[in-house]
Amino acid sequence: MSVLRVSVRRGDVWQAFEVPRHESQTVLDVVTHIQRHLDPTLAYRYACRVGMCGSCAMTVNGAPRWTCRTHVDKVAKEGRLEISPLRNLPVIRDLVADMREFFDKWARAKGQFKGERKRSDDCARVSPDSEKRIFADASIECIGCAVCYSACDVVAWNPEYLGPAALNRAWTLLNDERDTQQAARLRAVAGDAGCLSCHTHMSCTDRCPKALSPTAGIAGLKRATLKAALRGDL
Amino acid sequence: MSKWVAHVHRISGIALALFLPAHFWVLGQGLAMDGFLKWTEQPLVKFAEWGLVVLLAAHLGGGLRVLALEFLPWRDWQKSLAAAAAALTLAWGLAFALAL
Amino acid sequence: MRSQTFLWIAQRASAAVLALCVLVHLAVIVYAVRGGLSGDEILSRTRGNAAWFAFYSLFVLAVTVHAPIGLRAVLGEWLAWRGRSRDVALLAFAMLLAWMGMRAVLVVFA
Repeated sequence: MSVLRVSVRRGDVWQAFEVPRHESQTVLDVVTHIQRHLDPTLAYRYACRVGMCGSCAMTVNGAPRWTCRTHVDKVAKEGRLEISPLRNLPVIRDLVADMREFFDKWARAKGQFKGERKRSDDCARVSPDSEKRIFADASIECIGCAVCYSACDVVAWNPEYLGPAALNRAWTLLNDERDTQQAARLRAVAGDAGCLSCHTHMSCTDRCPKALSPTAGIAGLKRATLKAALRGDL
Repeated sequence: MSKWVAHVHRISGIALALFLPAHFWVLGQGLAMDGFLKWTEQPLVKFAEWGLVVLLAAHLGGGLRVLALEFLPWRDWQKSLAAAAAALTLAWGLAFALAL
Repeated sequence: MRSQTFLWIAQRASAAVLALCVLVHLAVIVYAVRGGLSGDEILSRTRGNAAWFAFYSLFVLAVTVHAPIGLRAVLGEWLAWRGRSRDVALLAFAMLLAWMGMRAVLVVFA
């Protein structure tokens, strides 16, 4: 049976492990094996292990990905794996990243829905064929895994930058005709901390495990802020 | 791919921004044009000129990519704009090299 | 936020202008180099030419807007230089480009 040479980032050091290699093995299987059989002190996150929750996101051989959906065969060149926590986020311990700043920025980008209908009002009627709804639907499946945030160079370079996920969510809400805080939302995403700092590297779109395109949403936000600025609404 | 086009776009922009004051200064000297043009005949200068044109073409190509991504309706093929930008750069560099 | 948005708009607008200017400029340079024009021949065509004077003045203006705003992002992201001092330095750079650029335009085209 062949063996994987795995390097795991723990704080400031890399710890080496040898893990038995199997057919149909995911990187999450590897990390789990290490924690259960080799070193119980290893801290890491996962939940569903079937590619639905996004909790297991880590950096594998330099790229952020969901470890439960990454087959070892796809990434282990010459039987080597390097596993570290997600980039651009503080580390709590070992492979566990502190997600607070990620969600704080989500909130700062006005990533929450705010409507005006009451329980007693009729349901809103939103046509799924309307252009706005098509835009919103194309970006709505984000589960907040922070892979895009990790992949983004501008997040790494600019601590204030809201990041692709927060801006993507702002874009879906901008296209939600029921939402009532669009003016505030545009103001939140304009400027150096917002969509205008995106340099279209497209790393987010490249890496998103749900094949979303934050770059597209951010481009939409750029156009929306342009229009608002020219109208004097910003 | 897009990431590298963006980096080239940035580096070429910095290089051009640093080059321009020198370019303006030389032109503003009002030197006897012929004497100056003789100096530009040197191979090293020719190579530098070619380098500048490539930088300019790279920056323009990358810039057109950004404008297309930001202002044209979103399509998946726009990802391959990065490739087109690179091709444009090469084409201009070669054209200039041939013209020298 | 509004001023940052207007910087972004100015950057895109000047980029569009420069795209055209650069293409024309490259064509002109290749023409001159290929044609093996001498210094006197070049100047005889450029001096007193109002159309080219106007074109290159527009070119200089667009560059004066575009280059500093571009550098603003680089300085902020790669050197962590933000705040008022950065903007003041870039304004000074813009003035430098404008002055030197128009001086060159005058020498060649006036």
